[in-house]
Amino acid sequence: MKGFMLSFRSEFYKSRKTLGFWASILLPLLICSLLFIGFFAKSEKLTGTPPMMLWVQFAGAIMGIMGSLLLPMFTIFIAYSVNSIEHKSDTWKSLFSLPISRWSVYGAKFTYAIFLIFLTLALFVLFTIGFGNLLSVVKPDLRFDNYHMEKQLAEIYFKLFLSSLGILSIQFLLSLLWSDFLKPMGIGFVCTITGVILASKNWEYCYLFPYSHPMVAITTMMRHGDKRITEIQIDVFTKDVFVSLAVGVVVFIVGYFIVLKKSVK
Amino acid sequence: MVIRTEGLSFNFGDQQVVKSLALQVPEGSIYGFLGPNGAGKTTTIKLLLNLLKVQSGSIHIFEQDIQHNRIHILSQIGSLIEQPAIYLHLSGKENLLNRALLLQVPIKRVDEMLALVQLTNAADKKAGQYSLGMKQRLGIALALLADPKLLILDEPTNGLDPNGIIEVRELLIKLVQKHNKTVFISSHLLAEVERMATHVGIINNGELLFQGSIAELQALSQPLVCIEADNTVDAANLLTRNGFKVTDVTDKYLYVTYVNKEKIAEINSLLHRNGYAIYSIGKQQKDLERLFLDITQNA
Repeated sequence: MKGFMLSFRSEFYKSRKTLGFWASILLPLLICSLLFIGFFAKSEKLTGTPPMMLWVQFAGAIMGIMGSLLLPMFTIFIAYSVNSIEHKSDTWKSLFSLPISRWSVYGAKFTYAIFLIFLTLALFVLFTIGFGNLLSVVKPDLRFDNYHMEKQLAEIYFKLFLSSLGILSIQFLLSLLWSDFLKPMGIGFVCTITGVILASKNWEYCYLFPYSHPMVAITTMMRHGDKRITEIQIDVFTKDVFVSLAVGVVVFIVGYFIVLKKSVK
Repeated sequence: MVIRTEGLSFNFGDQQVVKSLALQVPEGSIYGFLGPNGAGKTTTIKLLLNLLKVQSGSIHIFEQDIQHNRIHILSQIGSLIEQPAIYLHLSGKENLLNRALLLQVPIKRVDEMLALVQLTNAADKKAGQYSLGMKQRLGIALALLADPKLLILDEPTNGLDPNGIIEVRELLIKLVQKHNKTVFISSHLLAEVERMATHVGIINNGELLFQGSIAELQALSQPLVCIEADNTVDAANLLTRNGFKVTDVTDKYLYVTYVNKEKIAEINSLLHRNGYAIYSIGKQQKDLERLFLDITQNA
């Protein structure tokens, strides 16, 4: 466990000056700022919109693109970036000749990738809430302050986080085994497009395909059967989320055995 | 023995790159692991560090099996394999700090190492901007950081200028003599190893062709009598007819196996009596460079 903690801290130390780390912070900041500017500029048209609908429009604008493209592609990028640090510097051999178990090195790297995804999605929640409330201050006509959906936003993004773990585990393994950017990126891109098409066509088995999960997560989040829309209810644990978690765990364990057997070139 | 391997073999696919290797590296030695490029040196080193899995045979380091005591053994080894593995986006100091974090070495050790390899002035420069020699020195600093008992260095003087080579050599000699370390160093340059090694192993095509102390290696090289004369071919024939063993003839020189100094005088007077002009004559140690080539080429 000590080796794991040391490796995890080292991952942070190594990556804190890389694009991979900063992208996790800048991406939500940038997108939420742009949205803020958009709402600020178009505030006249939105005056009089019920507060709940304002929030739905504000948060929903991000979520649409998040499920279909942003989250899968960002996950692919993060999985690549934590491994590329070692590929680029040719440091796998020194990493695996340290007196630290292979399990700790592999586990810490994987956990760090999960941490970065979590960080990004948590910041999306934070910035969405923050910028929404800021809008009600700078444009008092927009009554963002009259409705609260912090809990729902947190639930939605938590669901998105869980739905990305299947993709992450697969992409992490591909990026670990291949040093060049194009192979994992190419495979990830093709799978993401396929996933989006399957999910948008409502293919009945798309909950089994990890690359469809973020998109499916968006479409399954609304609790059905309740006609009144006075309260938004979020269904976090749907079957696609369970499949994503299962894929994540299985691929992570398989990956560990591959690392254990793998010769370090 | 600090390192002891028995019947160590390794295949890459169909190709056998290490063949039944039996290394014996005594404590407190500088063991020069010599061989031409592609002889299997790096593969052997990766096996010693458990980066490659042992396919057949065994490796004992500090008398413990590497397969079962990997972490305990690795905690006492500092290594440098091929090009130094350095994070190019971090500075030299940050590279050492990162390693110090992983190995739980006190921070002050980082500055000591920077001073030792003379990188204090370049400590905050990105390692990506380092010259090859600076990278190599940083690699050595990383290997020494945890004060390991055994240093395994793969071609550590690659890319260093003559001053750098001398510094590394003196550093390694000091580590062995004053701090009782053991150094296992691979190289394809005999001259370099000859200047510091106490023990030598010569490998070619994955096979260990020689192993022993540097004195034993030198004993293998027979001394010669080198004669500079005017008509070397005829002179060689004359000497052969008189029972001397001629080993080599060139335009200017001929070489005869050395027996004792009286025989040199005899050769001198024999050639002189038969009208050959002798410009120089003397005993010559067959240099190890040639011996090394002989050993690796005639295998």
